[in-house]
Amino acid sequence: MAEALLRLEGVTKRFGATLALDALSLEVMPGEFVALLGGSGSGKSTLLRIVAGFEAAEAGRVLLQGRDIGALPPHARPVSMVFQSYALFPHLTVFHNVAYGLRRDGVARPEIARRVAEALAMVGLEGFEARKPAQLSGGQRQRVALVRSLVKRPPLLLLDEPLGALDAGLRERTGLELRALQRATGAGFVMVTHDQAEALALADRVAVLQEGRLAQYGPPQVLYERPATRHVAEFLGAANILEGRARPDGAVECGAGCLLRPPRAAPAYALRPERIRLVAQAPAEKGVTARLKDLAYRGDGWLAMVALPGGAEWRVALPADAAPPAPGAALSLAWAAESLAPLDA
Amino acid sequence: MRRFLVLLPPFAWLLALVAAPVAILAGIALSQGAPGVPPFLPPVSLAAGWQGTLENILTLVQDGYYAGSFLRSLVVAGVSAALCLGLAYPVALGIAAAREGWRVPLLAMVLLPFWTGFLPRLGAWIGLLRDGGWVNGVLTGLGVTAGPLPLLYSDAAMYLGMVHAYLPFAVLPLTATLLRRDLAVEEAAADLGASPWVVFRTVTLPLSLPGAAAAFLLVFIPAAGEFVIPELLGPPEALLVGRVLWAEFFQNRDWPLAAALAVALLVLLIAPIRLFQRLDEGGSRRGASPPSRVGGTAADGRRPGVLR
Repeated sequence: MAEALLRLEGVTKRFGATLALDALSLEVMPGEFVALLGGSGSGKSTLLRIVAGFEAAEAGRVLLQGRDIGALPPHARPVSMVFQSYALFPHLTVFHNVAYGLRRDGVARPEIARRVAEALAMVGLEGFEARKPAQLSGGQRQRVALVRSLVKRPPLLLLDEPLGALDAGLRERTGLELRALQRATGAGFVMVTHDQAEALALADRVAVLQEGRLAQYGPPQVLYERPATRHVAEFLGAANILEGRARPDGAVECGAGCLLRPPRAAPAYALRPERIRLVAQAPAEKGVTARLKDLAYRGDGWLAMVALPGGAEWRVALPADAAPPAPGAALSLAWAAESLAPLDA
Repeated sequence: MRRFLVLLPPFAWLLALVAAPVAILAGIALSQGAPGVPPFLPPVSLAAGWQGTLENILTLVQDGYYAGSFLRSLVVAGVSAALCLGLAYPVALGIAAAREGWRVPLLAMVLLPFWTGFLPRLGAWIGLLRDGGWVNGVLTGLGVTAGPLPLLYSDAAMYLGMVHAYLPFAVLPLTATLLRRDLAVEEAAADLGASPWVVFRTVTLPLSLPGAAAAFLLVFIPAAGEFVIPELLGPPEALLVGRVLWAEFFQNRDWPLAAALAVALLVLLIAPIRLFQRLDEGGSRRGASPPSRVGGTAADGRRPGVLR
């Protein structure tokens, strides 16, 4: 097993009485793209700032390539950070913004000119060297901020909501560019985001943070299909949460006319809307009959709100080619037994 | 019409309290001196028609005594403003870096001397610096010096008084500028490998230059016309415009020449005043750009108060 690029061991941080990070441990492998996903107050930004050196951890260790960097000031840490507001130097041109880090490292001038030109070419900003940040669009500023950090070739790049300030149209494209850049440079990326779609689309592994603790850490598919907790299931897209009373024979009652046969016993189960199919006859223990309450068209299909006999409400994704049922109609729903994800909390 | 009504009060105010006095002053500057009360002939009268003269203005240009006093005033104002700037920068940096609850008390301490009377403060300096004063008393008492040092009525005493009087003018705009700055930009510099000193030199200082220039001018402009401090603390040979003007007006009763001096000083200060206004406008526009984590800074471009 290769050595971890970044290793956090029991990192704890308190702001006054609030516990921002609660003995959090996490590993990032070389060349890996990790997304830290969480709501506001989950501690994800604090974690990033502790790695960058802007906040000091109360307890725990921060190891970069096996070296404890916890005591180093920000300027002595080999990691680099892309700020949410980009934090470009407003009084410097694009060239000098990108050259800033190289000049601090004492790189020779011809070498600086070469590497800045190369970095700007990488993000299609040739010819913008003499502009000031105020003369750039939001997307251009974001790219300048990105190469300003990358030009130093850091082994680990930290990104604080890098797409947060862009408008929706630009986000997807910039996200893919970000990923391509990460592949091209081979640097480890740790990106903080509150956008689950962004995290799932870009990251090799996603760490879901909740109240300063790591709720789950794994590849996007695993987090989506096999969420460990109710929080993860609900945070990563829509999920129907099924709770029920377990019967001695192993089946679980999830309301009137609803019986589950889960793979293993758990306090609750998650069922994704797109794992539910419309069938002619609801099968026992893997299906239920429900009444359609509302229907919303989403372009790639329909999202149906259905009411179960017991009163619970589920969301069901229906394909676009299906003729939409009328509200009030009785729908027979079915799912594969393995689509039920047991939730432990 | 509504617009007119809204604009009327400020314009009436400016007309009555700025334009009219300056016009009267300019009129006196163009008139001939004459015995009587007031001691000049109006430049235009119904009986005599035009009886004004450009003599007073020509005197200012031709007589080295007056030109010299202008030059000295500008030098004294420049040195005072530079001293205030140098002292105010670290103070403002400290206030901006202080915790939010500490900023108001710290600013109050800067302003405190401002709230005491101006003349009692100068009186205190005289009491400290005069030959039989506190400082000389302690020095001779301890045997450090044989006799009293000529502390009072020196350039040093004058600059001491100037800095003491005008320091808050420099601290306030600098504090406002430094509070408004985007700390993320400084963090970015540190992240890219800049030590704290390099962050200050390459980011904090250049970005605060408009505020520093405003601080300099806010001291320079009133200091150029200062009369009381050089009169009470300065050396007799420090003949600044304010003192010369005073002498012409009250001792020589040459109102036209005094008025010409006042108008000339005003004209001389138009350039720095315009410069200050430009900086001020630029400052508020700049404040609109980056969102910031500093306590009182709003991302929507309105200028935040210093004390928030």
